[in-house]
Amino acid sequence: MSNILVVAEMSDGKVRKSTHSAITFAREATKAGGSFSILVIGAGAKAAAAEVTTFGAAKVLVCDDASLKDPVCERLAPTVAAVGQGFDIVSITASSFGKDLAPRVAAKLSAGYAPDISGVKVDGGKATYRRPVYAGNAYVNVQLTTAKGVVSVRQSEFSAAEPSGGASPIEDVAMTAHDAAASKVTFLGIEAAKSERPDLGEAKVIVAGGRALKEKFAEVLDPLANELGAAIGASRAACDAGYAPAELQVGQTGRVVAPALYVAIGISGAIQHLAGMKGSKTIVAINKDAEAPIFQVADYGLVQDLFGAVPALVSEIKKANA
Amino acid sequence: MKILVPLKRVADPDNANKVKVNAGKLVTTGLEWKPNPFDEYAVETALRLTENGTNPKARMGEVVVVTFGPKDCETTLRAMLGTGADRAIRVDTGDETIDGDVVARALKALVEKEKPDLVLCGKQAVDGDSGQVAQQLAEYLGWPQATFAGTIESEGDKALIVGREVDGGTIKLKVELPAVVSVDLRIVAPKSVKGVHTPATHAYPEGVRFAALMAIMAAKKKPLAEVKLADLTGDAALKIQYLDYEPPPARKAGVKVKDVAELVTRLKTEAKVV
Ligand SMILES: Cc1cc2nc3c(=O)[nH]c(=O)nc-3n(C[C@H](O)[C@H](O)[C@H](O)COP(=O)(O)OP(=O)(O)OC[C@H]3O[C@@H](n4cnc5c(N)ncnc54)[C@H](O)[C@@H]3O)c2cc1C
Repeated sequence: MSNILVVAEMSDGKVRKSTHSAITFAREATKAGGSFSILVIGAGAKAAAAEVTTFGAAKVLVCDDASLKDPVCERLAPTVAAVGQGFDIVSITASSFGKDLAPRVAAKLSAGYAPDISGVKVDGGKATYRRPVYAGNAYVNVQLTTAKGVVSVRQSEFSAAEPSGGASPIEDVAMTAHDAAASKVTFLGIEAAKSERPDLGEAKVIVAGGRALKEKFAEVLDPLANELGAAIGASRAACDAGYAPAELQVGQTGRVVAPALYVAIGISGAIQHLAGMKGSKTIVAINKDAEAPIFQVADYGLVQDLFGAVPALVSEIKKANA
Repeated sequence: MKILVPLKRVADPDNANKVKVNAGKLVTTGLEWKPNPFDEYAVETALRLTENGTNPKARMGEVVVVTFGPKDCETTLRAMLGTGADRAIRVDTGDETIDGDVVARALKALVEKEKPDLVLCGKQAVDGDSGQVAQQLAEYLGWPQATFAGTIESEGDKALIVGREVDGGTIKLKVELPAVVSVDLRIVAPKSVKGVHTPATHAYPEGVRFAALMAIMAAKKKPLAEVKLADLTGDAALKIQYLDYEPPPARKAGVKVKDVAELVTRLKTEAKVV
């Protein structure tokens, strides 16, 4: 039996969808007993908390403070750890937000940390976590030896929880003083490429491009993404070359995604890229090199020059959907 | 600026296809050891921050590399001394298995002895993919942290402006030193690091530098100290235990389609995703 705290991830005054995967983890880990609560922390947490009261949490804990507006770890971690004291497991999404925060919280709690988990089994009150290692070339089952544990939950491997009805009681919690180190950090701002497209973590379809697209990255991919209502992703090589913004990078060190459909265009399929998209349900690869490793994971491979194939694909899909 | 860079050796990730799982055990025979690429990027970043960008000989600080492991890890340290690091420390762990938390606690003690202005880490090791040491070390030291740095600019050797690559874009932070920073891939792009002593016009080559033969010879004479893990932390208890390994879920063999029309038909009728 274990009690779990799910730390919600907030942005723009809303609870991010990634939190729903952490809720799924919490439900699985408490199946054999125990309960979970959700901590909504940040400026505007009070308003955002309403979004997560129907997921079956024992409580929704709210820490709303203007000083928590920006995602600065040294301000958030003390309260997360203080609230986490009352739980056996503190969980958070393995997004860049969670990966920054979770280890610092673990250190505060002298808790073991299981990063980026893809599964959980509880047996006799002891949790065993499954997690990918070696860029997803192997999975390992791990246990924490400490009384308390901190985990980050891989969004692509836990489906998004659906509301289960009911209404969890909301309770305010006091903010714990920022770390002394917080006074040494100034948040200067966030630069984001504006996009109307779905977030990579939430998209059902992703159209991803590689180095081969060159300066024509957007020109070639946009019509296909529009047609499919897709998010756009990129290989590291395409980001490094400046053809695509860095936050579109999919891979071991970029975003880990698992959409229903992933279309890899002019991407060779290096293991570091595969690590981020191998969990996709259906994979299509378009590459002019029949030996490209991407074809080893693709359900459908098309060996063609992308500059001809992609526009043809757009018009064929239009025809099919007409 | 004095910079400490922790370094881990890993099984060559470009051979990682050959990492196999057999009866719950990880089989790494035949894999070569390499420095973790992110740690190499951290060393490169440290070198860029402590030189003036035009004269490789005019160093404006010290770069100390440290690794945890048995004697033969010294090869990895010597390689880094060859690329320009000034001094190396090996924390001897014997044959014991360690975890990221032990490393962070031991590093804390080492930082208190060495008193660097900055600890630069790779954002993750490409074997365990854990990504925890920088954040835990920052907490144990009570220092500020800036993770996943894609750009670093030093301000008068007193503070860093860090561009953190996060899911939604790039967060700009100013952190006062001393601090712990973990670096992401693009930190080795030509203009990603600006040292206070580097002319604004200077751009570094892409990637990490190679050691010249002369430098490799010279590295043999650079100081390499050995410290026992027990001298840094009395508590080497592991907080995470690795049980059995599993192969990744297999994907069933795919098909090559002959043209775009066949692809769309199959996506519509078989996969039902269009
Ligand atoms: C530590 C580390 C971490 C990394 N992390 C990541 C990561 O997170 N994500 C990631 O993606 N990579 C990552 N990489 C980089 C990775 O190893 C590869 O270099 C990268 O994925 C290659 O990108 P690419 O396939 O776009 O480019 P390339 O390897 O250049 O491949 C281009 C492909 O396009 C094909 N092509 C060329 N022209 C055409 C055409 N006209 N029509 C059709 N096909 C064409 C070619 O046949 C080739 O297969 C990492 C590397 C390291 C060392």
